[in-house]
Amino acid sequence: MKYICLGYYEPAKHAGMTEDERNAMFDECFEYDDHLRANGHWGGGEALQPSETALTLYWKNGKVATTDGPYTETKEQLGGILVLEARDMNHAIQLMAQHPAVKYGSIFEIRPSGDLNEMMKASQERRRKLTAR
Amino acid sequence: MLPNAPEDLSRIIETLYRSESGRILATLVRLLGDLDLAEEAMHEAFAAALETWPQTGLPDKLRPWLISAGRFKAIDVMRRRRRFDDAQSDLALRLEARINEAPQEEEIEDDRLRLIFTCCHPALPPEGQVALTLREVCGLTTEEIARAFLVTPATLAQRIVRAKAIIRDKAIPYQVPALLELSARLGAVLQVVYLVFNAGYSTEATGAVLSREAIRLGRLLLDVPGADLLREPEVMGLLGLMLLQESRRAARSSAEGELILLDRQDRSLWNRDQIAEGIALTENALRSRRFGAYTLQAAIAAIHAEASSAVSTDWRQITLLYDRLIRIQPSPVVELNRAVAIAMYEGPEQGLSLIDDLLAREELAGYHLAHSARADLCRRLGRFSEARASYEKALSLARQDARHEPERRFLLGRIEELK
Repeated sequence: MKYICLGYYEPAKHAGMTEDERNAMFDECFEYDDHLRANGHWGGGEALQPSETALTLYWKNGKVATTDGPYTETKEQLGGILVLEARDMNHAIQLMAQHPAVKYGSIFEIRPSGDLNEMMKASQERRRKLTAR
Repeated sequence: MLPNAPEDLSRIIETLYRSESGRILATLVRLLGDLDLAEEAMHEAFAAALETWPQTGLPDKLRPWLISAGRFKAIDVMRRRRRFDDAQSDLALRLEARINEAPQEEEIEDDRLRLIFTCCHPALPPEGQVALTLREVCGLTTEEIARAFLVTPATLAQRIVRAKAIIRDKAIPYQVPALLELSARLGAVLQVVYLVFNAGYSTEATGAVLSREAIRLGRLLLDVPGADLLREPEVMGLLGLMLLQESRRAARSSAEGELILLDRQDRSLWNRDQIAEGIALTENALRSRRFGAYTLQAAIAAIHAEASSAVSTDWRQITLLYDRLIRIQPSPVVELNRAVAIAMYEGPEQGLSLIDDLLAREELAGYHLAHSARADLCRRLGRFSEARASYEKALSLARQDARHEPERRFLLGRIEELK
């Protein structure tokens, strides 16, 4: 089963670290990511650029609208996402509990991936009927 | 052996996980002395099997291969952790020194027993005991257990995390308790098994999973070679009770999922093998003369199982068994069941007056089954408007969740009939 881990961090805390401290943290984290890859737990992952780079898109007054910045502004920022392959929720917890980023103050929100197969099939069926008419 | 096709292999490995993960985990827990580490090592061992076996073919002995792989994986984990935590290095060294000792078959079975006692330790909250036992001993996933207990996976996952934290913090050992405290600790284990079974008594598919696991646990307690100490009558009584109740599963609901009560069940659908085994166990337990509440309940279930119809059931004998049950385990619910049995052979009036006394005592005033039992007796006495009022009361008290849906539909049906 796939679990999506949303990793949050406090940019101010990272900014206060020396370069050596930061490098040590990165090395530990990347090494653990390698361990996850080697054991088949890595389903993918991406780091995110800082939230100042974000653009938020939505629907307003019958039109698409955009604003600068993230959808929600909090002290913690979403720093990256990791897709974890685990047997169940507790296995996912166990794997992420050992991620060195946690020790450095990162917070992970773990969510099971949604299975949209049934919904997609039903939707295809609706659309097929529509075009057949 | 020749390499199998990859899809065959992953199916074999999945089946193996279902049947063996409980044993492998239990042995790794003993060898490593740490539940989390053992679990991680076991998962990595199965992952290693998925990767290795397509090239090498299936090893001769699957379980020892996985246990051995698990030990090597544990050493990897320890090495990784050691760099952050010096306390771990001792354990890693000890593990490396013992890596080549192969565990004995008997030891492996005993390991499962040790793990059950740890998971059912009284220091853990009851809901934690149940969740942990189902996951660590039965090998169910967090999501499967959550579905069966109608809670979210996140809620259930936390019960497991907390229970594990208690085991770690209180350094609860992985062992079968000493003789002195065995009886009390065994009681806690039986209660967990019974809770699991009861949660599975509903007619839905998720219920069947829990009942199956509860029966498996019951067998494990009886069959493990090292479990001689556990040959307590109550262990037999509980397994007998579960088999006898389970034997009626196919008859308890219609194809449309409607609830069918005992008196209307098609008794040819009852599982005769389960009944025979359940009765034999119950008789064994009764012969010991040291039996308790589980055995008495099994004896009641056995009388139902042996009867060809509700009318020809030996209700007098059932009433006597309820009398004994009330003596060792006083409970208004047992009294309610006794009243229903009395109604079956002395007549509905007698049963009704007992139930009305019980309801007047108020302990059962909020229990929907007490009102539906009352309603049924009124119906049989031709007091239809009273019957309908009691069914309506029962319906208003029945819980509104998926598990109680068949019961609610049943009550609605009865109310309709009486209109």
